[in-house]
Amino acid sequence: MTTITADHHGDHAHDHHDADHKPAFFQRWFMSTNHKDIGTLYLIFAIIAGIIGGGISGLMRAELAQPGIQYLQTWANMQHSLMGVEPATLDQAYHLWNALITAHGLIMVFFMVMPAMIGGFGNWFVPIMIGAPDMAFPRMNNVSFWLLIPAFTLLLGSAFVPGGTGYGAGTGWTVYAPLSTSGSAGPAVDMAILSLHIAGASSILGAINFITTILNMRAPGMTLHKMPLFVWSVLVTAFLLLLALPVLAAAITMLLTDRNFGTTFYDAAGGGDPELYQHLFWFFGHPEVYIMILPGFGIVSQIISTFSKKPVFGYLGMAYAMVAIGVVGFVVWAHHMFTTGMSVNVKMYFTAATMVIAVPTGIKIFSWIATIWGGSISFKTPMVWALGFIFLFTVGGVTGVVLANGGVDDVLHDTYYVVAHFHYVLSLGAVFGLFAGFYYWFPKMSGRMYNEFLGQLHFWVFFVGVNLLFFPMHFLGLSGMPRRYPDYPEAFAYWNKVASHGYEIMAAGMVIFFINLIWSLAAGKKAVGNPWGEGATTLEWTLSSPPPFHQFETLPVIDDAAHH
Amino acid sequence: MKKVKSLVLAGLLALAPAMAMNGPAFAQDNAVAAAPAADNAAAPAESAANAVEAAPAAKVAAPPRMKPTEGIGMPRPGEITLQEQFTSTGHTARWMHDKLLLPLCFIMSIFVLILMLYAMWKFRAAANPVPSKTSHNTLIEVIWTVVPVIILLVIAVPSIGLLADQYKPAPKDAVVVKVTGYQWYWGYEYPDAGIPEFVSNMLPEDKAKANGEPYLLAPDNRLVLPAGRPIKLIITGADVIHAFAVPSLWVKMDAVPGRLNEKSFTIDKPGVYYGQCSELCGARHGFMPIAIEALPPAEFDQWVLSQGGKLPGAAPAATAAATAQAVAPAAPAAKL
Repeated sequence: MTTITADHHGDHAHDHHDADHKPAFFQRWFMSTNHKDIGTLYLIFAIIAGIIGGGISGLMRAELAQPGIQYLQTWANMQHSLMGVEPATLDQAYHLWNALITAHGLIMVFFMVMPAMIGGFGNWFVPIMIGAPDMAFPRMNNVSFWLLIPAFTLLLGSAFVPGGTGYGAGTGWTVYAPLSTSGSAGPAVDMAILSLHIAGASSILGAINFITTILNMRAPGMTLHKMPLFVWSVLVTAFLLLLALPVLAAAITMLLTDRNFGTTFYDAAGGGDPELYQHLFWFFGHPEVYIMILPGFGIVSQIISTFSKKPVFGYLGMAYAMVAIGVVGFVVWAHHMFTTGMSVNVKMYFTAATMVIAVPTGIKIFSWIATIWGGSISFKTPMVWALGFIFLFTVGGVTGVVLANGGVDDVLHDTYYVVAHFHYVLSLGAVFGLFAGFYYWFPKMSGRMYNEFLGQLHFWVFFVGVNLLFFPMHFLGLSGMPRRYPDYPEAFAYWNKVASHGYEIMAAGMVIFFINLIWSLAAGKKAVGNPWGEGATTLEWTLSSPPPFHQFETLPVIDDAAHH
Repeated sequence: MKKVKSLVLAGLLALAPAMAMNGPAFAQDNAVAAAPAADNAAAPAESAANAVEAAPAAKVAAPPRMKPTEGIGMPRPGEITLQEQFTSTGHTARWMHDKLLLPLCFIMSIFVLILMLYAMWKFRAAANPVPSKTSHNTLIEVIWTVVPVIILLVIAVPSIGLLADQYKPAPKDAVVVKVTGYQWYWGYEYPDAGIPEFVSNMLPEDKAKANGEPYLLAPDNRLVLPAGRPIKLIITGADVIHAFAVPSLWVKMDAVPGRLNEKSFTIDKPGVYYGQCSELCGARHGFMPIAIEALPPAEFDQWVLSQGGKLPGAAPAATAAATAQAVAPAAPAAKL
C-alpha cells in the first residue's frame, strides 16, 4: 500500500530495558493489558472454537453422507447417557440435529471468525499499523476477550439442558420466534440467548476500542488516507458492530421476555408479530456477514500488495468501496425474508438495493487484479491463499446476485443453494482470508517462519476439499433440497456423498495445518523483522519478530512525501 | 411498459427507502388471523393412507390416486439444475435463471479467473523482476464501476417483471384452499367448496415404497387441485413458522402464525408435484412433505363432490354469498 518510511530508529538499536519486560505468567495472560497478548489469546480461542465448530460440521457431513438416519440416534443416546437420562426417542434424535446446526452456525460466526479476524488480527496489527503503542482502552480490551469465555461456556452448556423436544437449542443460528419462544421449552434457548448477549457486549466493547484507537492514536503523519487498508477494514467493521449489535441485543432481549415473563412482542395471539423478530434479527444479521468478511478484504489487500511488490491499485476506491459496502449493508436486510409474504414493492426495493452491493464488491475484485497486474509476484503461502480468496469470493459473489432477485429466490430460499452461497463467501472467503493472514503474520507474531512446503500443501488440499464440499451444494439447492434436514430423498444422495468426501479432504488439509503450526512453533527458522522484502511496507515490518513487548515508545513519524 | 413502470418505481424506492411503500401493486394481504388454534395435539397419525377415497359422506366416487411420473414434480437423481416447471411464473423464472443469471455467473467467474491466471503467469517474479508503480487509472476505474451497473440494470428489468408476475392477484373464480402448517403435518381446507380441513402426514418408508412413491416426499393425503384453473392458496401456521414449498411450481411461502399469506398460480398440466417444509420448525422439520395432485378439471369436480363439497354455481345463492365473503378482504387488491 503506502510507502511508509518510519522515522524512528530501528527497533534493535532503540529497545529500552523495560520495553521487553514481561509480567509473570498469570498476570501476563489472565490480567493482560497488552494488545499483542490479547490478540494471541483471541487467536487461541478462535482456533479452539474452530476445532469444535468444524468437528460439528464433520458430524453433520457424516450423517448426510447417505440417505437415512445412520448415526444421529447413537449420538443422541450418548448425549442422554452423559446426563444420565433414558435413551433418546427418534424425535429427540431429530432435535439433536437441529441443536448441531444451531451450534455450528453460532460457533463459527461468533466464536471463530469474529474473534480471529477482529479480536486476533485486529488487536495484533491495528495499533502497530497506525504506529500506536497499544489500544486506547487496554483494560477494556481484556474485558472484551474474557467475556467470550462465559459466552462460549453458556453456548456449549446449552447442549446439556432441555430445549423443547430434546436437549440443546434447536432453533437455528437465527433463533426465529415462535420456534424459539413457545416452540422451545426449557433453559437451553435461554442459555443460547444469554451467550449471544455476552458475546455481543464483548464485540461492542471491542468496537468502541478500535474506533477510539484508530481515530485518536495514529502516529504523526498517519492521516486517514494513508492508513493501511487492513486498518480501514477494521474501522468500517467496528462501526458496523457498534450500530448492528444493539439491535440484536434488543431483539433477543424481547425473545427472553416473551419466553420468561409473558410478553408477546413476537406472538400474534397477544398483538405481536413473529416477523418483527426477523426484521430486527436481519437488520443485525446482514451487516454481520460484512463484519465477518470486511477484515478479510483488508488482509487480502495487504498481502496482494506485499507479494506483488506494488502499492494497492486504486487505494481510495478500495477504502471507500468498503465504506459503501458497510452503508448499503444496512439497507438490504429483508432479502433474507423474501418468502415471508412481504408486499411486492418491498420485495422490489430489497431486490434492487441488494444488487447495488455488487458494484463496490466488483470494484474490490478488479482493483486486486489490477494490483497484481504489472507486479513482480512471488507465490509464497499467504499469497496463494489471498489469490484463492479472490477467485472463490467471486464465485460466492455471483451466486449472491442470483439470490438477490426476489423472484428467483422464491425457489432457492432455504435450500442448499443458499448454504453453498454463504459458505463460498464465508467458509471459502473469510476462512481463506484468515489463513492468508495467519501465514502472512505468523513470522511476525511468533518470531519463527512457518514451513513453506506444508503451507502450500495445506492450501491445495484445503482448496480441493472445500470446493468438492460446497460446490455440489449448488446442485442440491437448485434441484430443491431444503436446508437443516437430517435426512433426504434418494434423489439427493449422489451430491451429498460427494460433499461428504469433500469434507474428508478438507479435514486432511486441516491436519496439515496443525502439523505445520506445531512444527513451526517448536522448530521453525527464526524470522527476521521483515521476511517479505521490499513489498512489505506497513509499520509492523519495521519491528523485530516478534515485536518488543511494548512497541513505539517513541512514536514513528510518517514521511509527508509518502503517498499511495 | 408495465415492467418499465415497475422498474422506475423500484429505482425510486431504492433511492428513498423512507418513502411510503403504498404503491399500486399490493397483492399480498397480511391480515392478522384469529389467534392460532391451541390444539398442538399429536398429529392424527392414524389417518389412513388413502383417506381420500374413504370419505364417508361421498355419493360420488373419488378419482383413483394418481401415480407420480418419475422425475416430474420431484428431484432427479444427481440433478444439477432446477426442476422442470409447471406454472407460468416457473417458466419465466427458470428461463431467467438458465438463460440470463447462470451464463452471467459463468462469464464473470471465468473472466476473473482468466485475468488472474494471465496476470499470475505474465507478472511472476521470474518473468517480471521490476514491478511497475502504477496505482491509479481513472478511466479503467470508471469502466469497472459503470459496466457492472449496466449488467445489473440488464438483470433488474426481467427481475422486476418476474416479481410483478408473481404477485398477480388471482381472479375471483379461483379455487381457494387454506393451507395450515402444524408441527409436523399440513392441513388443507377448501372454504368455498365447503370441504372441512383434512390433514396430510408423511407416509412411512414401507408404505411409500409399496405405493411406488418417493419416501420423505410422499404424504398420505395430497392437496388436490385442478390443472388449468387459477388457484389461490391462503397459507398460515398454527404453532411455529413453516414454509409451504413446491419447487416444480415455483411456490414457496412462509406459513406464519397470525398471518394469512397468499399465493396464486395456475398449474399447466395434471400430475403429482412434491415439496417439503422449508422453514425450520422443530424436530420433525424434515418429515412433513407436501404433495399436490393436479387433476383435470372434470376429475377435480368429481373429487370435490366425493368429499361432500359443492361446486361453484351448484347452489347459486349460497355459493355467491360464500364467494363474496371470501373475496371481500382481497377486494381492493383485486380491483387493480
